[in-house]
Parts: sequence; C-alpha cells; structure tokens
Amino acid sequence: MSNAYLAKSVQGPNDRQYPPSASSTRALAREERKEHTAMLLLLAPALVMVVVLLILPLGWLAVQSVHTEEGFSLANYARIFQERIYWDTFSLTFKISLMVTVLSILMGFPIAFAASRLQGFWANLILLCVILPFWTSVLVRSYAWLVLLQRRGLVNQTLLDLGLIDQPLNLMHNTTGTVIGTLHVMLPFMVLPLYSVMRKIPQDLLQASNSLGATPFYTFRRVFLPMAAPGVMAGSILVFVICLGFFITPELLGGGRTILVSMLVQRNVELYHAWGAASAVGLVLLLVVFLIFWGINRFIPIERILGAR
Amino acid sequence: MPTSTTRVLQLASLAFIGSSVQLALADEITFVSQGGAYQDAQSKAILEPAAKKLGLTLKQDSSPKAYPIIKTQVESGKVTWDVVDLPTGDCIRGEQEGLFEKLDLALIPNAAQIPAELKDDYSVGYISYSTVLAYRTDAFDSASAPKTWADFWDVKQYPGQRALRNLPRPTLEIALMADGVAPDKLYPLDVDRAFKKLEQLKPHIATWWTSGGQSAQLISDGEVDMIQAWNGRISAVQADGAPVAFDYNQGVLETNSLCVLKGTPNKTAAMKFVNEAIDARLQAALPLIIDYGPLNPKAFDTGTIPAERAARLPSSPQNLPRQALLSAKWWASQDGVKAEERWLSFVQRK
Repeated sequence: MSNAYLAKSVQGPNDRQYPPSASSTRALAREERKEHTAMLLLLAPALVMVVVLLILPLGWLAVQSVHTEEGFSLANYARIFQERIYWDTFSLTFKISLMVTVLSILMGFPIAFAASRLQGFWANLILLCVILPFWTSVLVRSYAWLVLLQRRGLVNQTLLDLGLIDQPLNLMHNTTGTVIGTLHVMLPFMVLPLYSVMRKIPQDLLQASNSLGATPFYTFRRVFLPMAAPGVMAGSILVFVICLGFFITPELLGGGRTILVSMLVQRNVELYHAWGAASAVGLVLLLVVFLIFWGINRFIPIERILGAR
Repeated sequence: MPTSTTRVLQLASLAFIGSSVQLALADEITFVSQGGAYQDAQSKAILEPAAKKLGLTLKQDSSPKAYPIIKTQVESGKVTWDVVDLPTGDCIRGEQEGLFEKLDLALIPNAAQIPAELKDDYSVGYISYSTVLAYRTDAFDSASAPKTWADFWDVKQYPGQRALRNLPRPTLEIALMADGVAPDKLYPLDVDRAFKKLEQLKPHIATWWTSGGQSAQLISDGEVDMIQAWNGRISAVQADGAPVAFDYNQGVLETNSLCVLKGTPNKTAAMKFVNEAIDARLQAALPLIIDYGPLNPKAFDTGTIPAERAARLPSSPQNLPRQALLSAKWWASQDGVKAEERWLSFVQRK
C-alpha cells in the first residue's frame, strides 16, 4: 500500500465529511490505478518465475512430444496406448501410490492425533520424530532400508534368530520394499497437514459431546473425525501426487522390476534418447493428475482443503 | 567497494593476459572422460605424461553422459572439447551422426599396433573392461562353483540367489552363451532366442541391478550368491575382503575408444595426443593403478605389468581369447536398438 492511500483512509478526529467532488473521484481513480500497477509490479517477479520455470518448460515439453523428424506426429501418444509396458507402468504407479496413501493415513492419523492432543514436550517430541527424517536425504534413507530389509539384513536376521521364519522373507527387490521405503518418506507429508487441522479442533467441542452423554468413540466418530477430514484430504492429495513422480526409492528397493512412470521417463531419455516419448509420458501423467484434482474438486473444493491448513 | 572491484578487474585481466600468453606458447587440448577414480588413474598414468611429452597444455573435463554435450558442441560449432574417451558404442553412433574427425593415421602411428577389430576410421580402442560371472566363495567352493553361464542358468545344480544387469547389453550375449552359442559366434545376436533363454531364468532372479555400485553391494553383502558384474567392481569388493571370486571365462569384453571432435581448432595436437594415449608404455602404466585393461597388446610386452597383475586384467594375452568381444556396431544397428526397447517390458512382466 502506498502512503498516500493510507493517509486518505486514516481519518483524524477533526476530519469533516464532504461529498466527494469530481476532482477527488478522479484522484481516487488515479490512486487506484497506481495501486494496481504497484501490485502488478510487486507480483511481476513471482509471475515471471512461474512463466519461465513452469509454463515455458511445460510448453516446450508439449511441443517436443508432438514434434518428430517428419514434423507433427502423435506417434508418441499412440505408443502409450498401444504398448502394454506403458499401461502396466501407469497402473503399477497408481497402485503403489494408492497403497502408500492409504497406509500413510492409517499410520499418520494416530501420530497426528497424539501430537495434537498432547501438550508441550511430548507433542514437540512426536513432531520432531516426524520431521527428523526430512533432514536426511531420500537416498540415504533408501539405503538404510536396504540394510534393514535385505536377505541378510537386520529384519530377516532377527526373525530367523527368533525362529519365526525358516527362510528369509523377500522384503525388498519388489513392490513390498518399494511401498515400505516410499511410505517412510511420505509419512511427514500426511502427518503435518493432519496435525495442523487437528490442532484447530477445540477441546471444548469434544468435552461438550462427552458431557451430553456420548461415548468417547461416538465423540470421535461424529465430532472429531468430520472436522479432521479436510486434513486427511490435504495429506492424501499431497502424498498421492508426490508418489506418482517418485523415483529414487523404487529404483533402489524395487529390484529393477518395479518400474514406475518416472523411471520410464528416465529410461526413455537416457537409454533411447527419445525426448519426445519421455515428454509425452510426462504430459500424460500431468494430465491424469489434473483429472484427479478436477474430480476431487467437484466433491470438495480444493481451496477449502488446502485453505484448512 | 571500488577498490575490490578494481582488484577483481586487475586480476581478471592478468588471468586473461596469462592465458593468452600460454596459448601463444603451447598448444592446448581438452580431454574428456567419465570422471571419478577412472579419470584420476588415467590422468596420472597416461594423460599427464602424454601432455608433458608433447609439450601441450592439458585441460580435462569429465561427464558421465558426454554424448549429448558433444552433439550440442559440434552442431552449434562451438567446440571446446578435443579428445573424448567414450564407450565404443557412443563413438560409432557419433560417427554415423558426423560428430568426429577422421583419424589422421600419419599422426597416429601407434594405431597400427591396435588389433583391427578394436578400431575404425574415426575411433581407436583405448581401454577395456569385462562383464564376468562372480560368485560367493562362502556359498560355493572353487570345485563346485558356477564357471559358465550355462551353470548360472542351472538352478538345480547351483542353487542360490542370482542377479543380472537390468539392461540387454551384454545380458543377451550372456543368455546366448548359456544356451550354447560359442563366444565368437554371437553376432548378429539371435534376440528371440536370447529373450527365451532369459525367460527361463527370470523367476530365479532376485534383482536386476542398474548401477555398478549396486552390483558390488549385492554380492559383497551376500544379498545374492552369484552375479553378472564388471571385473573392476568385483576386484574392489575382493580388495575389501568379501568372499567373492570370478574368472574371465565367457566374460564379455567391452571397450572405450578415443575420438576427436569434428571442427576442433586443435586438430593436429589432438591427433598427436591420441597417438600418445595409445602408446604401449603409457598404456602399461594404467592397470598398475586401476582395473582396466590396456587395449594396445604391446603394453603387455613392455615389462611394466607384472605377470600376476596381467592374469587379473581382461585384455591380457591369456584372458582375451577366453572372452567374447561385445560388438558395439551391432548394438548401434537397428536390431540392437530394437532389442534395447524390448528389454523394459520383459523385465516388468511377471
């Protein structure tokens, strides 16, 4: 806000009200235009960033995906629908993302619930445990899982020593390992939105419900859960969408046969130097994500979910 | 502020004058390789001695994925790299795309010592490494260990976890040898037959590895009992004390070659540098530092490489004939490209 505008809007006790004259209306309009220009100028760096770093590259991807040596062609897109590898990869990616999302709700909800209902030290401790992995690189965390889950790893060795199993379990080099590793990375993205929503649920309401004779479970189901729902949605969207583009963890823990969309893009570029095909795969994934958002938005407005954070 | 700016300007102009003086005094070439321990080793053994001998100023750059950069440099006409050390397949692709200068054999007399199958008009063989069968010695004793790829495929006689590379090259060659094709009769590859053979072993493969580091980790942690891996990786694992052994029998030898970028302003110096880099005496110094085999056979006659060292190198006279030589030409052909494209759906499908 410019100072001139502030000065006008602040009225001293001795100000007398005059009907606005024609000249002052013009002055106001001029102020407003100035205001708009100033806002635009202030926003310009952000807008330029978005255009240069997001819109232009996306446009470039789109151009690349339809541009071949023979000119315009939809061959890259046709391949996605014709070759089974693409269908298999997309469905596996969605399957794993969905599994991780559901598991992270099941694991994240109790954690966020505990953190939001506890006070001081204990709440901070829980949050610290959630955030701590953020300070370690995904690569290191994936390798840590590798040490834990492999054939002669800690988990299998312990189970063998306890006599619970005779043969080492296949905990990695497959979908199981990928889901475990990805879940670990994704959990904070579920817990933090859940926590911030739950934190805002007033204790009074729960007490009111209890004092009116509801059982703790009834209170949880009819009072707490509906109010926590936007947090679940926000967390789910975050986790699901990030999972769709996951690369390092499935690459390391998937045993080479758990091929996700991001890996398909990488292989296309690195092995076959097929930038067009890679662009097409990336854009199709983006489109699918938009469709999912659009679908969700029809039931619950996204602004409400994200605004609740 | 003003003083520091002035100082920076002064320094910059000094550096500028300095570099132009250097340019006037000596030719300058930029050598590019893949970086890491490999580039450090060749820098010490080959590159710096070669530059010293020629009185050149040597600059080095490294890029694990040099090909797209080379292409961009040549096509834009702004060539800053001179000599590149590339996987031979990339050299052949670059030749087809017109990215390299024809080698001037008058300036590269040493090329005559390199066997014909390891060079062509635009590139000359530089170093080699091999894909071998390695196994855990705590899972098999040396008498009952898997020695051939047919053994690797025999899950009854040789039980245990197995890992193969998550790429068709040279896994298809390996599958064909397991199916009984002689190492010198592999090309052109019978791709259908290779995939059929791989299909047999697929349920028994614990992991398809993607990086060399991963292959080393798999065998050194005992995650698998036998593996297809590069000789250098296995040697490193052995040096760390892991109970692992390998042999060059039925190994697949792959090579890196040297090429000169098209349109380089330092063409003559670059050609002379290539000549020194494949010189037998300098080549013989490399395997003393790192597990790569020199491709100039005369390197083994220099007396620099001790016999026990030679026995562990993929390109030594006793090991070379026991391996298959990977045909980078076949992999660069249409059939090779198609085989690569088939791989991903093969690995993914149950």
